[in-house]
Amino acid sequence: MLNINNNKDALAPVIDVSQVNKWYGQFHVLKDINLKVMRGEKIVICGPSGSGKSTLIRCINALEEHQQGDIVVDGTELTRDLKNIETIRREVGMVFQQFNLFPHLTVLENCTLAPIWVKKENRVEAEKTAMALLERVKIPEQADKYPGQLSGGQQQRVAIARSLCMNPEVMLFDEPTSALDPEMIKEVLDVMIELANEGMTMICVTHEMGFARTVADRMIFMDDGQIIEEGPPETFFNNPASERTQQFLGQILSH
Amino acid sequence: MLLRLWRDSAWRAVLFQVLLISLVLLFGGWIVDNTLTNLENRGISTGFDFLSQSAGFGIIQSLIEYNESLSFGHTFVVGLLNTLLVSALGIVFATLLGFGMGVARLSSNWLLAKVAAVYVEVFRNIPLLLQIFFWYFAVLSVLPSPRQSLSLFDIFFLNIRGVFLPEPVFDAGGMIAVWAFVVAAVLTVGLVLLNKRQRKNTGRPLPFLKATGALLLIGLPVVTFWLANGSLHWDVPHLKGFGFKGGIELLPELLALWFALTVYTAAFIAEVVRSGIESVSKGQKEAAAALGLRPGRVMNLVVIPQAMRVIIPPLTNQYLNLIKNSSLATAIGYPDLVSVFAGTTLNQTGQAIEVIAMTMAVYLTISLTVSMLMNMYNRWVALVER
Repeated sequence: MLNINNNKDALAPVIDVSQVNKWYGQFHVLKDINLKVMRGEKIVICGPSGSGKSTLIRCINALEEHQQGDIVVDGTELTRDLKNIETIRREVGMVFQQFNLFPHLTVLENCTLAPIWVKKENRVEAEKTAMALLERVKIPEQADKYPGQLSGGQQQRVAIARSLCMNPEVMLFDEPTSALDPEMIKEVLDVMIELANEGMTMICVTHEMGFARTVADRMIFMDDGQIIEEGPPETFFNNPASERTQQFLGQILSH
Repeated sequence: MLLRLWRDSAWRAVLFQVLLISLVLLFGGWIVDNTLTNLENRGISTGFDFLSQSAGFGIIQSLIEYNESLSFGHTFVVGLLNTLLVSALGIVFATLLGFGMGVARLSSNWLLAKVAAVYVEVFRNIPLLLQIFFWYFAVLSVLPSPRQSLSLFDIFFLNIRGVFLPEPVFDAGGMIAVWAFVVAAVLTVGLVLLNKRQRKNTGRPLPFLKATGALLLIGLPVVTFWLANGSLHWDVPHLKGFGFKGGIELLPELLALWFALTVYTAAFIAEVVRSGIESVSKGQKEAAAALGLRPGRVMNLVVIPQAMRVIIPPLTNQYLNLIKNSSLATAIGYPDLVSVFAGTTLNQTGQAIEVIAMTMAVYLTISLTVSMLMNMYNRWVALVER
């Protein structure tokens, strides 16, 4: 792909979070977070609820505002500058726990909305790309249905395709399988694994430890607004250093 | 046996319904009988013959040809059209203003949000009648006399007699073009409906829909105008004697009622719109924002379309209120249906029952029609669920 931005360097981290702090009123949600993500890297973040993991990835595309520290995405610094926020959101795709498909638009329209209105693609072109991506998440036949007519797993796959339509550099997954019935989790994870194998940079907040073992280059454990432990999955699962990590893993892996 | 029937819930339901209906019928029958007897005792004739009698009074605004030698039937139509006129104007402008204010109230711009909030709180909490008086007596009657009119480009004039606008005058050929436009509009609506159905059934939209629509709406009138050799000139109002001649004249009575209905109802519509927008889940806005859509686009493309299904039922209520509130016209002498028909006509003919019944029937018909149309629209925007 053609690179016009001089700041883009294959060796520089695509996401650079340094010394980020965030408060909700008095509550200190993120404490001195440092995180560098390299191009093509797959990171899985886990931790108990309320540990700040969702807040962290929501800060990366400015759905939440951080109060201290710097976040740089692909050479663009995240400030209150609306232009920068827009640039970053184009480069960063996000998949939500609750899918958040637009219920008044068909599956295809969900996928083409942003390419048409943000990237100013023409409709035919956008629909072609969208169909190709729906093909990739294995639901091209649902293109003209409305989200309300699909199962949860199908909706989440559409949501992934919708993000991919913007051709993002990085994908953020915010507990993508937590709202799904058990039999639908696999179809979504399969799509995510395929995406990972194709070299997409991914940050996933998830409790699917099987998935984490398969795709993660690096595991991150968060608790109480801090990154407690990070490392490659083998060490993380087999020899966690921190006691809190051990405790957490013990709880979620025990059954 | 009877006891068992009494304890059977289905039988009991039927019994109560039969009892209730008999009571209602009995009461209705008694009212009708009582009225007829009393009318007969007092020697009042009933029937609708009065509608063809000559009215003998003038009306300051009429959308059709009217003079005092025409019948009470004409006063009915004149009043009805005046009611429809002010209601239609009110509905259109209240909708625009209401949507604007509703969206503004949720704006992250502090000043804009506060202005909208103050607007809503002020205008929905002052009685409508008082607001009509405000516009009529405090605003419009302190305007200058016709000779000192405020004017814009010497085409538009504003003075104590009202607002004067230039009027487009078509000849026969021009009128054909106007009708061609109406036909084109109907065809376009048909096309859009067809497109929606086809899209639902086959998933494929009609090709070139937008181009066809634009061609119909612009091309058809232009071509017929040219073919029929039509012409159009503007009748510009001009000062003559103590007043203005020519053009379109909007009386202060109409303006005051129109403004008051608009501003008052828009305050309620703003609240309806606000609650509709707030009903759309935060996740929708986040998903749209995460895709890189700007706040304005998020609103127009994602939030408002979903808010519409929450907005429409209470919006219909506001429309119905506006139509019924237009009968406050009587207070400032705007010649609406209640003023000229249930007012003057009733006084002159004394046919209270017939006149009131007709007036009520008219409001019922208008209101039911509006709510039917709104229900159709609501079904149109309803979400498709499994």
